[in-house]
This record gives sequence, C-alpha cells and structure tokens, in this order.
Amino acid sequence: MSLPPESLVQQFAERFPRAVDTAPASDAGTGGSAAPMQPPPTCQVVDFKRRGVHVEAAVTAELVVVVARWLDENGYALDTVTGVDWLVSNEMEVVYDFFHPAAFWRVAVRVRLPRAAPGLPTISPVFPGANWHERETHEFFGIVFQGHPDLSPLLLPEDADYHPLRKDYRP
Amino acid sequence: MSNTAVIAAAASAAAAGAETFVLNLGPQHPATHGVLRVKLTMDGEYITRAEPVPGYIHRMHEKMGENRTCAQFLPNTSRIDYLSAMHYTHAFVAAVERAAQIEVPRRAEFVRVITSELNRISSHLVWFGAFLLDLGGFTPLLYAFDDREKILDLLERITGARLTYCYYRFGGLYNDVDAEFLRGTREFTQYMRPRLAMYRDLVTDNIILRKRLVGIGIVDAEMCRRYGATGPVIRGAGVAYDVRRAEPYSVYPELDFRIPTHPEGDSMARYLVRMEEMEQSLRIIEQALDLIPEGPVQAKVPKTIKLPPGDTCFAVEAARGRFMVRIVSDGKDIPYRVKLRTPSFSNLSLFEEASRGMLLADALAFMGSLDLVIPDIDR
Repeated sequence: MSLPPESLVQQFAERFPRAVDTAPASDAGTGGSAAPMQPPPTCQVVDFKRRGVHVEAAVTAELVVVVARWLDENGYALDTVTGVDWLVSNEMEVVYDFFHPAAFWRVAVRVRLPRAAPGLPTISPVFPGANWHERETHEFFGIVFQGHPDLSPLLLPEDADYHPLRKDYRP
Repeated sequence: MSNTAVIAAAASAAAAGAETFVLNLGPQHPATHGVLRVKLTMDGEYITRAEPVPGYIHRMHEKMGENRTCAQFLPNTSRIDYLSAMHYTHAFVAAVERAAQIEVPRRAEFVRVITSELNRISSHLVWFGAFLLDLGGFTPLLYAFDDREKILDLLERITGARLTYCYYRFGGLYNDVDAEFLRGTREFTQYMRPRLAMYRDLVTDNIILRKRLVGIGIVDAEMCRRYGATGPVIRGAGVAYDVRRAEPYSVYPELDFRIPTHPEGDSMARYLVRMEEMEQSLRIIEQALDLIPEGPVQAKVPKTIKLPPGDTCFAVEAARGRFMVRIVSDGKDIPYRVKLRTPSFSNLSLFEEASRGMLLADALAFMGSLDLVIPDIDR
C-alpha cells in the first residue's frame, strides 16, 4: 500500500487528530533559529522540487513510536535519523527521514525537545535500522532515546562523554 | 579432574553447543578492506553474533560542514566514499543548487551524467576485483584494475584527480570537457562491452564462484526496508529502487536505461546486479554522448553562496546506494547543519541480523557482497 502525499496527510489527520494544516508549506521551511515551536502534531505536503521531501510532519515525543509504526504499516523504509541543535531557541530537534521503496515518496518527521533534557522513545523495535542512527544521534547531540538497547558511542571512542555536534561544544 | 573427564566435559559442552568464544575480526583485516572491526561470537565455525564496531576512521565531516562555507566544504564530500566521489560531490552541489535555486546549464548536466556513470563503472570494477580476491581468485583483480585505469585516465584528463574528484561546482563544472575526452569515452564504451562479456565467461559462470555465492547471505526485501538498505543490496532483493528513478535528478529522466534486479536476495544476486549495472551505465554514457549539446558549463553564481533559511535534502544514486545530503541553513553563508546519509552505514547495519548462524567463511563472502567502503560508514 502506498498513499500519495495528499492521502497520507489526510490519514495522518484521522490517526492523529488535533491541529492539522493541509495548506501548502511556505518555502522557508521549518528551520530558522528564531522560529517559534509549532503546536504539534502537524502534517503537510511540501514542494519536493524545493525541499527534497514530499510530506513533512511535526509531532510530539510521545507520538514518535506510533507515527513510525504507522509509516511501517504503509511500507516506508527508514532513511536516517538525525538531530539539529537550536541553541538560540534552547531546543533540540530530531529529524526522522523515511522513503518508500516502491512508491518513492519521501516523508520527514520532526520532533522538538527541550535542550536541557532532550529525551524521546526509541523507534528501534519498529525499524531495527534506527538502532545505529539513534546511537549516532545520541553520541553527537546527547539526545537520549529511551528504551534503546545500547546507547554506547558508535563512531566516537567508546569512552567519549562529549557531544561534538552541539553548538556550544568546545574541544 | 582427570584428563579423560576434562575431554569428556569439553566434548559434551561442544555437542550441546554451549561453548562459544569471541573472535576479533579487524580493525586491520584484509577482508574488511579498510579499518572495520567485527566482534564475532562463534560456536565453532558458526557465527552466533557478529557485532560490527565502526568508527576507526571517523573524521567528523558533519562538523566540518558547519564551520566553513559550502565551497570550502565541497572537497570533503569526495573523501566520504573515495570510490564514488563524483556522486557524492553531485549530491552536495545539487543540494546547494536546490536551496539557492541555481539553474545548471544543460551541457554541464550531461557531463555530470557521463562522469558519474564512468565513476560508477570504476567503483564497481574495484568491488569486482576486490570481492573475487576475497573469494580466492587473484586474476580478475588484475583485469578489473586494467579496465579501471582507462576510466581514471579519462577522468584525470578533465578533473586533474584520479580518485577524489572535485569537478562539479555550484551551478556547473570546474571546466568544460574537450573533444579528446568525448572521443576517449566513446572508445571506452566500445572497449568495455566485450570485456563485460569476457568477465561473464571468466568469472560469473564459474562453478566455484556459484558455490560460494548462491543461497548465501540472504537479505530479503523486508529486511532491506527495515534497515534502510539501498543500492545493489535492495535491488538484489528484487526491489527496483534506484534514486535515479525514484527521485529523478539531472538529465536521467531523458535517458533510457533499465534498473537490474534479481529477486533471490543472496550474494549472487547482488553480484549479478552490479555486473548488469555496468552494462546499463555504458548505455547511459552512449546516449549522453549522442545528446550532449554545445553551450556553457557554468551558470553565473555569487562568489559566496548564502542559502535561504530552511532545510533542503538532495539524494543521488551512488555506487553503493542512496546518498543524501540535508543542509539546514539559518541564512548565513555557513550552513547551520550538514547531514550526510551514507549507503554503506545502513547496508552494514543489517549485517548482525543477516549473518546469524552463518559460517565464518560465508560471512566474509557476504560482507564482500555488500560492497562496504569504510570511510563511507564512519564519515
């Protein structure tokens, strides 16, 4: 089963009610350190030619696992998981990228977390490929993936207790 | 305890499969082709658990990306996967072009396709030689590197580099190709086709090779999906996923080519996919040579490119699969965040699950069939 972007947004609205915005996204995207936190969950179709994704969703930390399971049921594959440190607005962002191996849609799911204690549940039981991506995001940003089997550093030395992709990291 | 009692205890433990031991493979091991370590828990010759330990050549490319301008970071991208540098620089320049809305001249796009496909063949040739070397065949390596040398000479002519090319620039190319390059490339495609036929006779139909690869290292479509494996790994599991089709870029939509797939999901399927891909790359190059227009190869771009705030992704089909760049910008001339999604990382992450219960010798053949490039994993 592979839904076109519009139906995916529709289904998202039915599955995760509350603020849903189906209006086309502004080309500026969701970045910008001064941008206020959006009231999640939202899901919208964006211009692929400008952004490289078809659907962008923003959800709360509690919803991450159900959203991942929903995309899993729809036949999506995990592309990557990564973080962005928004130092000025005192937030951490986790970005999950998905692609559909047969229908070729691209979906990005974003979660904003408080910078002081960034934590959210792991999706590695749903997508085992997330195991390494989450380990990497943990070592580089200090974001804790609750329930992850092993959050020891993957690419950094095994005793690394620093998070080099944080914007306030000084070697 | 008497000697016979010790022997009896050991024999019964071994018979019950209760005795395992830890075997360390790498980080300096010829079969890993780079500095990759695998912690193996062995039950005799069989693997109970294989835990890859990457990171030995981690260089923090992503941090380097966020403390220099896009132009300064560009040469880094060709050092991530040193065997498919063209594709990696392509993804990065195209991500910047997409964010800054730069139009690339058509001639430049055709040259990008030609050089990318040449690079794909040279990358597959290295894999072909090294993989067969792992399996105990020395001769194919010499043949493959001989052919690859022709590609390196062609690319050196126009780029000045033999491996870590930095030929694509934001909005075009470093310089135009000359008639000699186009003639040499045409000649190479005519030379390469009979060579591929020769490889088929020399290697592909070899009974020893088939015994080592058929039915070994099964990775099915579902496992690829759960781990995000792409490239010849997912196509060797019967899924026609190729970024050149899935997220069309450059002038690929104008060219006619087939995406080779094999449904078996074993090491042989991945082998066959790569061999057929070289043929398709030749087809693409020939068409691009026929269609290449005259014209400029570089668009007018500002000296320092300031990306508008927001984030942009761009994916390409590299030799090992889906490579994606995500650039997050806050409007300054230095990117706020650069994420590099590399194919070898995801392709290796399934190794632990797929190698369970495998013979050690088969696991090494399986690892070779994944075509790992270690700096691509470690970044």
